[in-house]
Amino acid sequence: MKRWFFLLLTVLTLSGCGYNDFQKLDEQSKAAWSEVLNQYQRRADLVPNIVATVKGEANFEQETLTKVIEARSKATSIQVTPETLNDPAAMQKFQAAQGELGSALSRLMVVVEQYPNLKANQGFSDLRVQLEGTENRITVARNRYIASIQQYNVLARSFPTNLTAMVFGYQPKAGFTVANEAQISAPPVVDFNKK
Amino acid sequence: MLVPGVFLRAMPLLGATRNIAQRWCRAAILATGLLAWLGVPAQAQGVLPVPALSGRVIDQTGTLDATQVTALTDKLAALEAKKGSQVVLLMVPTTAPEDIASYANRIANDWKIGRRDVGDGVLLIVAKNDRTLRIEVAKTLEGAIPDLAAKRIIDGAITPRFKNGDFAGGLLAGVDQIAALVSGEPLPEPKVQSVNQKFDSNTLSNLFVFFVFALPIGAGILRSVLGRKFSALATGGIAGVLVFVFTASVLIAVVAGVAAIAYALFAGVSIPRGGSGGSRGGWGGGGGGGWGGGSSGGGGFSSGGGGNFGGGGASGRW
Repeated sequence: MKRWFFLLLTVLTLSGCGYNDFQKLDEQSKAAWSEVLNQYQRRADLVPNIVATVKGEANFEQETLTKVIEARSKATSIQVTPETLNDPAAMQKFQAAQGELGSALSRLMVVVEQYPNLKANQGFSDLRVQLEGTENRITVARNRYIASIQQYNVLARSFPTNLTAMVFGYQPKAGFTVANEAQISAPPVVDFNKK
Repeated sequence: MLVPGVFLRAMPLLGATRNIAQRWCRAAILATGLLAWLGVPAQAQGVLPVPALSGRVIDQTGTLDATQVTALTDKLAALEAKKGSQVVLLMVPTTAPEDIASYANRIANDWKIGRRDVGDGVLLIVAKNDRTLRIEVAKTLEGAIPDLAAKRIIDGAITPRFKNGDFAGGLLAGVDQIAALVSGEPLPEPKVQSVNQKFDSNTLSNLFVFFVFALPIGAGILRSVLGRKFSALATGGIAGVLVFVFTASVLIAVVAGVAAIAYALFAGVSIPRGGSGGSRGGWGGGGGGGWGGGSSGGGGFSSGGGGNFGGGGASGRW
């Protein structure tokens, strides 16, 4: 009888103090994170095609192209494991690399505007649509990841489930931050006299 | 007001206490979640509200006349009848302050267009004053309508007509092409919406628990308080409403209400108390069921609730 009572008590304490909710939300955030990675991978897979098409254009600005290639290899070289999620420093590094690739690509798309042949190239405009769609999917996946870790972090930090988090050592997960916060919060300088 | 307490007391001891604990925690989590949500609307502030999903074609700009709306609606209804996929057309004046991609994604995920178990939905959004449009494709249909195909529909069929001011023509052509692409995709056959389709085993087990445990006790307590006649009516009414809440089905709610009345009237025959009220029993059940029916609404078009939109599709401008 006593043994049953203790068993019951354990079950009650575990399910009553959010242990199961932690497991559920943890898995949810991992799934959301996989989707983010999935979409980043999709973008990385597109880059070689874009680079190959752009290279076909004679005298294309080499510097922009090189930057894209470098950023891609840097972004894909970073190993992401589930542990990365709980390691803010590694997350930071990963995000920085992906952010670099993103900005190199958007720079490339701006430079392309100066090359009418490339703009008229059907293959290139197809790639462009795909890149646009992928960037869009990355945004959605990131939003969902942010929403999922928000739920998890609320659970980890609010009473009484924070006690469970303390006992089992669950830390709040790191969300997305922008790498250049200071830079984008400063108003842009518009000067038409330049050049 | 007695019912929730009765419901809990009716469960076996272990289940009940555990349930209460879980419910407490869930309520607490919900409350904290709500607080967090209330505290963080910074990014959601100022965006347009999600319009009501009033039909397959929603024109907030007054661009389309009644016959054009009917023509488009018929096309979309025909597609749903044939393939089961739901396509909704929304025309708004502007999506500001959001861009059309995030607006479309937000609306689509709120409406969840597409069958519940398939998730095949497409949202075609036109922001007339912004001169932008977007085809937002649910994940299920990303194979049938890849981004490139969506872009080609926009560039090939829709925007050339929009440039000439022929909105209805562009939309009809676009809807035709979307329908053609969806038709080529092997999707599960459309089902006739039946009552049984709506619930899963979970609801059924809830119902079972309700009838086995809560009903006898609830009926007993009501009988001792109200007497046989009124308790039968009350039990039937309460059972009907509760079952409607569980299953969202008027038919089942009525059946349950009548069954509960019959139970309340005849189960306790061995302990007679007050006169018989058999003739008014059925009346109460009908009342309970019909009451729920009023709130269910429905009729015409409603979202299947299965669409999951991951940002697929394409945008364009004219």
